[in-house]
Amino acid sequence: MNFAWMAWTLPTAIFFTTIFLILVGMGVWEYVSPGGAPRVGILRFETTRGDRLFVSLLGSAFICLAWLGLVGPNLWWALGLSLAYAVIVFRWV
Amino acid sequence: MDRPTNQKAWFLVLPVLLLVAFSAIIPLMTVVNYSVQDTFGNNEFFWAGTAWFEEMLHSQRFHEALARNLIFSAIILAIQIPLGIVVALSMPRKGIGVSICLVLMALPLLIPWNVVGTIWQVFGRVDIGLLGHTLEAIGIDYNYVRDPLDAWFTIILMDVWHWTSLVALLCYAGLVSIPEAYYQAARIDGASRWAVFRYIQLPKMNRVLLIAVLLRFMDSFMIYTEPFVVTGGGPGNSTTFLSIDLVKMAVGQFDLGPAAAMSIIYFLIVLLLSWIFYTVMTNYERGGQ
Repeated sequence: MNFAWMAWTLPTAIFFTTIFLILVGMGVWEYVSPGGAPRVGILRFETTRGDRLFVSLLGSAFICLAWLGLVGPNLWWALGLSLAYAVIVFRWV
Repeated sequence: MDRPTNQKAWFLVLPVLLLVAFSAIIPLMTVVNYSVQDTFGNNEFFWAGTAWFEEMLHSQRFHEALARNLIFSAIILAIQIPLGIVVALSMPRKGIGVSICLVLMALPLLIPWNVVGTIWQVFGRVDIGLLGHTLEAIGIDYNYVRDPLDAWFTIILMDVWHWTSLVALLCYAGLVSIPEAYYQAARIDGASRWAVFRYIQLPKMNRVLLIAVLLRFMDSFMIYTEPFVVTGGGPGNSTTFLSIDLVKMAVGQFDLGPAAAMSIIYFLIVLLLSWIFYTVMTNYERGGQ
């Protein structure tokens, strides 16, 4: 099959592979510990670990956009900030 | 919670997953790939990094289109949700009137979007349109081709005409599902009309209202066909919403890189706002129970 029309690049391939691996990891986590670990965190409403992943990914996208818009094109700092944000979300949200 | 024992059930989800992959995930991946590259056609691409995203984030054209879209969605929700509830409350609950009302309410929903645009384009014209001609006859200076405010008025009126019945039908479905016992209890307690609405009907309509708000927000935020047919984004850029701007950029100017970056930002905003609406309303619903 020819996927040239999708205009793949190495960075975007790494990006999507990472997302895919995260989803596989979440699947394995759910298999090992079923139920989604629902809890009420600092946002004062119930979230499962799937919700927390969604909030982490969506928030990370906006952190990167904000960094691009306000600071500049060096996104490594934004990536670090996103990881810290994801840890906070998984720990306290 | 017990671990599910029959893992074969997952295969039942496979067709949907494949469908979503072909209709949504693969196109989205392609758009992400386009957003970091530049192309001049011929399937040749050149790495551009995050340049298009930076360009979009600093683009006044994008900011203005986004602001127009947010204002439009806010106005649409502020009109259609209360109006839909009022219409649903006014609809008969039994007799021949129910069928007549349901058919009449469903009619605007059955008309294709470009036909709705054409109807309102003609309807609003000052020379031959009933609306435009009538407004001019009573002394109101109305011309949606020339005046941005008139163009907005026409588009909002058109959207209200087209989609309020969806909200009304959803609310009506919520209202008819309320058991008669609730109303009997309210009558015994001597509850006012407002109290019945506030404490019985509104909480029972919560779920359908959530669907209505989400549908109307997403639809109004992604509106394209109707304003494009009526005003073409004008006068000037006054009714150029994000989707119209996106098509101009991608198809008209063939700027696929910036258009892809704009699509992703647009998608993330829709995702964020929909998530906020969904979370707020589902938690409000849980709190109300």
